[in-house]
Amino acid sequence: MFTRKLTAVAATAVLGLSLAACGGDPTEGEQSASDTITVGSAAFPENEILAEIYAQALEAEGVKVETKLNIGAREVYIKALQNGEIDLVPEYSGNLLTYFDPEATATSPEQIDDALDDALPEDLEVLDASAAEDKDSLNVTKEFAEKNGLTTIADLKKIDGLKLGANPEFKTRSYGIPGLEKVYGITGIKFTPISDGGGPATLKALLDGKVDVADIYSTTPSIVENDLVTLEDPENLIAAQNVIPLIADKKASDKVEDVLDKISAELTTQDLLDLNAKNQGADKAKPADLAKQWLTDKGLI
Amino acid sequence: MSVVTDTVEWLTDSVRWSGDDGIPHRLLEHVGYTAETIAIAAVIAVPLGFWIGHTGRFRSVAVALTGAMRALPTLGLLTLIALYLGIGLTPPLIALVVLAIPPLLAGAYAGVEAVDSQTVDAARAMGFTEWQILTRVEIPLGLPIIVGGIRSAVLQVVATATVAAYVGLGGLGRYLIDGQAVSDYPQMAGGSVVVVALALVLDGVFAALQSLASGRRPAARPVGA
Repeated sequence: MFTRKLTAVAATAVLGLSLAACGGDPTEGEQSASDTITVGSAAFPENEILAEIYAQALEAEGVKVETKLNIGAREVYIKALQNGEIDLVPEYSGNLLTYFDPEATATSPEQIDDALDDALPEDLEVLDASAAEDKDSLNVTKEFAEKNGLTTIADLKKIDGLKLGANPEFKTRSYGIPGLEKVYGITGIKFTPISDGGGPATLKALLDGKVDVADIYSTTPSIVENDLVTLEDPENLIAAQNVIPLIADKKASDKVEDVLDKISAELTTQDLLDLNAKNQGADKAKPADLAKQWLTDKGLI
Repeated sequence: MSVVTDTVEWLTDSVRWSGDDGIPHRLLEHVGYTAETIAIAAVIAVPLGFWIGHTGRFRSVAVALTGAMRALPTLGLLTLIALYLGIGLTPPLIALVVLAIPPLLAGAYAGVEAVDSQTVDAARAMGFTEWQILTRVEIPLGLPIIVGGIRSAVLQVVATATVAAYVGLGGLGRYLIDGQAVSDYPQMAGGSVVVVALALVLDGVFAALQSLASGRRPAARPVGA
């Protein structure tokens, strides 16, 4: 999912006529020492906050920790993990599964958990998943939901010529238009691709009524700020994306696992929403400070 | 398979040549955005350029202003406008018009300005009105440079109109942005090839127009001959 968040940035590079796919590897670096855990993160704020939470909690328990945050796309940081340049990264279960098994069909949290064990290479493992999820979600305005009696994605069938705004890949991905047709029987969708990962342009199109439904990540503060209604997904069309620690097998000591499991037990989607809101809202709080605050609030450090 | 063979395959696939997402339709959309942009920008910039070139007034202001406009990043401008106006055709049109104005304006005033002042004075001495001087002497003689300005504007706009896809429109930029979204590099490369081909064809057309415009210019004679 975060690759989709990067679309906006990457599109800039593309439009600048540079095929950004084959740049240098920013993670080229030394191996992490055997007694140290190097925590990495993807290049978007929520993931950095999560990495900081892992790092600070481990440090508080006396584990030697280094951080290499803001690494880049999944293709890059998974490679860094397998090279031993980093040892631990906060991941999202559904996308992690499709990265290693593009044919995967699992969508519920349990199915994905099972499938992940088989799909991961031998040198990597995932620990307990948290309840917190950051995934695609279909949102409508409150008025639109009330007017048309919408609570689940299935209710969208009632609307003729449904106008839907989302990232361009929604047109072809299995959770997108093809899935809405196959799983929920919604046809004749008028699709507007908007390349900002459910950001401000997508939100504005929804609020202006240029689209009826918008795909916005479930932990985006704008959902709460604008009183949007997130449609339920009873058929699990959109794969679960629970936050889950992905760790190099050899660094997963009992102590480390214990610390990370405690974090996963506490972390909720609401926490992610709050953390993102504080990070992106007026405060612009730093990931490290937010992580410390969250760990303190939960009594973990 | 290499990107090259994949790209050729993408370009030659028959599904690529029909339907709303087919190359002909996307090409037409792209040419449409370009034509609309150039038409709007020309209505603003060309008369203004003629006036500046003819009178010499506000020339330094025009130079400074077009220089500043050229420096505006189109994608950044588009994003900003889209946040105010929402998605649709207007934001990319405004952003592209801003891109097209500087070369059009520069071509128009430079073309008029480049005409020999002795020729202009001679026309004035023969009793031409200022309007006649502009339309019968300065514009015809400056035409190659004026067309050159249009040529440069068209090329910049046709290459940059790909940004329209960024805010939900069509055009050839769809292939770049949709391809990028799913790491479909052959689609991106194929789309780029079509943009490049279109730009080359249009440049060729305008090169021909430009030489046609030069051909109509009376042969220069040395002073006193």
